[in-house]
Amino acid sequence: MSAITARTSIRASAERPLALLRRYVGRWGLYVALAALPVYYGVHDLSHGYAVGVAHGQPLMRHDLSQLGFNLVEGISNGAIWALIAMGYTLVYGIIELINFAHGDVFTMGSFTAVSFWGTLGLTIGTSTLGLIGGLVLTLIVAMLVCGSLNVLIERVAYRPLRNAPKLAPLITAVGFSFILQNVGLLWQGGSPVGVSDLIQENNAVFHISGVIVHRADVLAVAVMVPLVVLLAWFITSTRPGRAMRATAQDPEAARLMGINVNHTISLTFLIGGMLAGAAGLVYALYETTVWYFQGFEAGLIAFTAAVMGGIGNVRGAVLGGLLIGCIQQLSDSRLGPQWTEAVVFGYLILVMTLQPRGLLGEETREAG
Amino acid sequence: MSELRAQLQEWREAIAALVPSWLARRWSRWLAGALIVIGIVLPFFFAPASGFLNATIIALAYVVMALGLNVVVGFAGLLDLGYVAFYAFGAYAVGWFGSGFFFNAHIHVLSSALGTAPGIHLNFVLILLCAIGITSVAGTIIGLPTLRLRGDYIAIVTLAFGEIIGVVAVNGTSIHLGGGETLTAGNLGISALDLPYFPGIGNFTLLDLRPWYWLIFVIVLIVLFVNLRLRDSRIGRAWIALREDEIAAVSMGIPLVRTKLMAYAIGAAFGGMSGVFLGAYATTVNASQFAFSFSIFVLAMIIVGGLGSIWGAVLGALLLSYINYYLIPDVLNSLPRTFGLNFDLTQLSFGIFGFLLVLVMVLRPQGLFPERRRRLELTAEIAAEDAQLVEAGTPTAGAA
Repeated sequence: MSAITARTSIRASAERPLALLRRYVGRWGLYVALAALPVYYGVHDLSHGYAVGVAHGQPLMRHDLSQLGFNLVEGISNGAIWALIAMGYTLVYGIIELINFAHGDVFTMGSFTAVSFWGTLGLTIGTSTLGLIGGLVLTLIVAMLVCGSLNVLIERVAYRPLRNAPKLAPLITAVGFSFILQNVGLLWQGGSPVGVSDLIQENNAVFHISGVIVHRADVLAVAVMVPLVVLLAWFITSTRPGRAMRATAQDPEAARLMGINVNHTISLTFLIGGMLAGAAGLVYALYETTVWYFQGFEAGLIAFTAAVMGGIGNVRGAVLGGLLIGCIQQLSDSRLGPQWTEAVVFGYLILVMTLQPRGLLGEETREAG
Repeated sequence: MSELRAQLQEWREAIAALVPSWLARRWSRWLAGALIVIGIVLPFFFAPASGFLNATIIALAYVVMALGLNVVVGFAGLLDLGYVAFYAFGAYAVGWFGSGFFFNAHIHVLSSALGTAPGIHLNFVLILLCAIGITSVAGTIIGLPTLRLRGDYIAIVTLAFGEIIGVVAVNGTSIHLGGGETLTAGNLGISALDLPYFPGIGNFTLLDLRPWYWLIFVIVLIVLFVNLRLRDSRIGRAWIALREDEIAAVSMGIPLVRTKLMAYAIGAAFGGMSGVFLGAYATTVNASQFAFSFSIFVLAMIIVGGLGSIWGAVLGALLLSYINYYLIPDVLNSLPRTFGLNFDLTQLSFGIFGFLLVLVMVLRPQGLFPERRRRLELTAEIAAEDAQLVEAGTPTAGAA
């Protein structure tokens, strides 16, 4: 069967070189596009060099890949945060096909909860290492629980009553809740970005890989993300509630007939998504050392982009998308200037959508089967 | 149940008997006429620069926006989250062609600017036409990559375009066009836009808002008329057919690409018209206006109003913009202080707005004024379900 299709496609492409081109662009164009930025800047660094300082009135140039490596390390750690948020988007979209616009603001609430909670605990830079670790683990749990319950509550109030409503109605209640949470954040921490104490001294180097410095914040972000992702993957594939989630995502009606409590399963999905957002909130606060009531807006957009890029409904895709977007963002931040980053990220999103409309790893939604 | 229905029917007939026959025959036409007359004389009841008139003018501009987005989302079923792009193009059309921004050029066509002033100064109507051209091309270009996509992917691609255009607007100061001119003025804003000028009427001023009101009222009427005609036209029916079932529609011979792109282009053109008006009315084009929340605001209008319904879009736009631009900031702002609470309501404005959105959608998910076709579908589905239940309950299905 496959041999026959292969032969016919070869004959067709021999007849029309344009079709061949189109097929190759469709198959490889995306990878070329994704590799373009790092390859271009890598070659540029090697051939033209980059300035690391000034010596004797002349810019001190270096010709190696360590700046690119640094960008990528920063990108991966930043992307780890986006991945945590993106998983919440992708889980929720997979199960009820809703772009949960309030999710980014749940993430903001996670940051605020974490900052307030460690303030209550009395954690400062001077706290002993053991106390700090214990306190932060406790904060992580609290932030996750608060965000998880908040997300469940939102689902109960704003999405469940609209389960059978026209498809766009819950989108608007999601926007409504996004506004409400932003307002809560505004009253809670004020209208401008607030600096928080740099508990882990995020800029301290942990280790070097051939000249590339890895900071504490990078280690933290990845160290929180990886176990949570592994745990989530295990939960979804191997436990009963996880299987119920997948079944509901595929066909809620059939799942219900098989004795799955669909409402509980959807609540569980929101709980998990919220908890991941809460974890991301804590990491973000430690990573950026500032929090802002509006931070969830941009983070939400980027994370949703990551989820779509990886293939919506697909948890591994969300992680991959998050990491990729983190890298694109860092490269753009340091090479093109941060003011263009948003445009670059969204430009990549459009490229992915036109070249591979189902995302990098393929979507896992009801319509995709 | 049937008794109640008979009673209602009786009352309806009684009311119908009271209404004179000339009114009953053409009631919708008379209603429309009455509304137009009320609309025209409305500003005479308010001071020429009152807050209510200002809010009404903005609300009417949003009506145009909502009607445009309704073509894309409501009729053609293409969820567009980047509608702000067309607002931006419209507003920049005023900035580019109705101010001294391109100071190397020297073009004057029937504008309010002094003849010696540098820059491009076109008449308001010409700018409107330019904006329609620019936005329909932009709409088509934005629509192109979404043709192969479905559902929410369209939403995310349009969102991406909207954001990119926002970023370009902010950073336009670093895009040089030569001769010291830049593409936009970024967050500083292009200011000192020409006020609209019409031969025989004269210049508009910001002290008397009535001419602005009449201008946007006329635009609303034109757009409304075009919208109503479009909905019932061949292309309007093609949109609705595509929305309901793309495969079926295409196999009936509807050209998919052209029909979808037409929806994008026409929706975009309305957005551009409204953008021109809002830009000129604000007398400045500032890049920070073109945020994602704007797209969401307009989308909320048409969904609250009832997706696909023209009157719903009008109602939703009026409702939400009055709440946002008049009720919360002007009327209710001092409410907490009258209860002895020490804060202003503007601190809660978007919280209240969000709460209202949630409330309206939970109480009335189909929107305030659902489209007739959709209403029929909803009730028909319920009727079909009822029939099935009855059949399942009584095997001898005579009772149904």
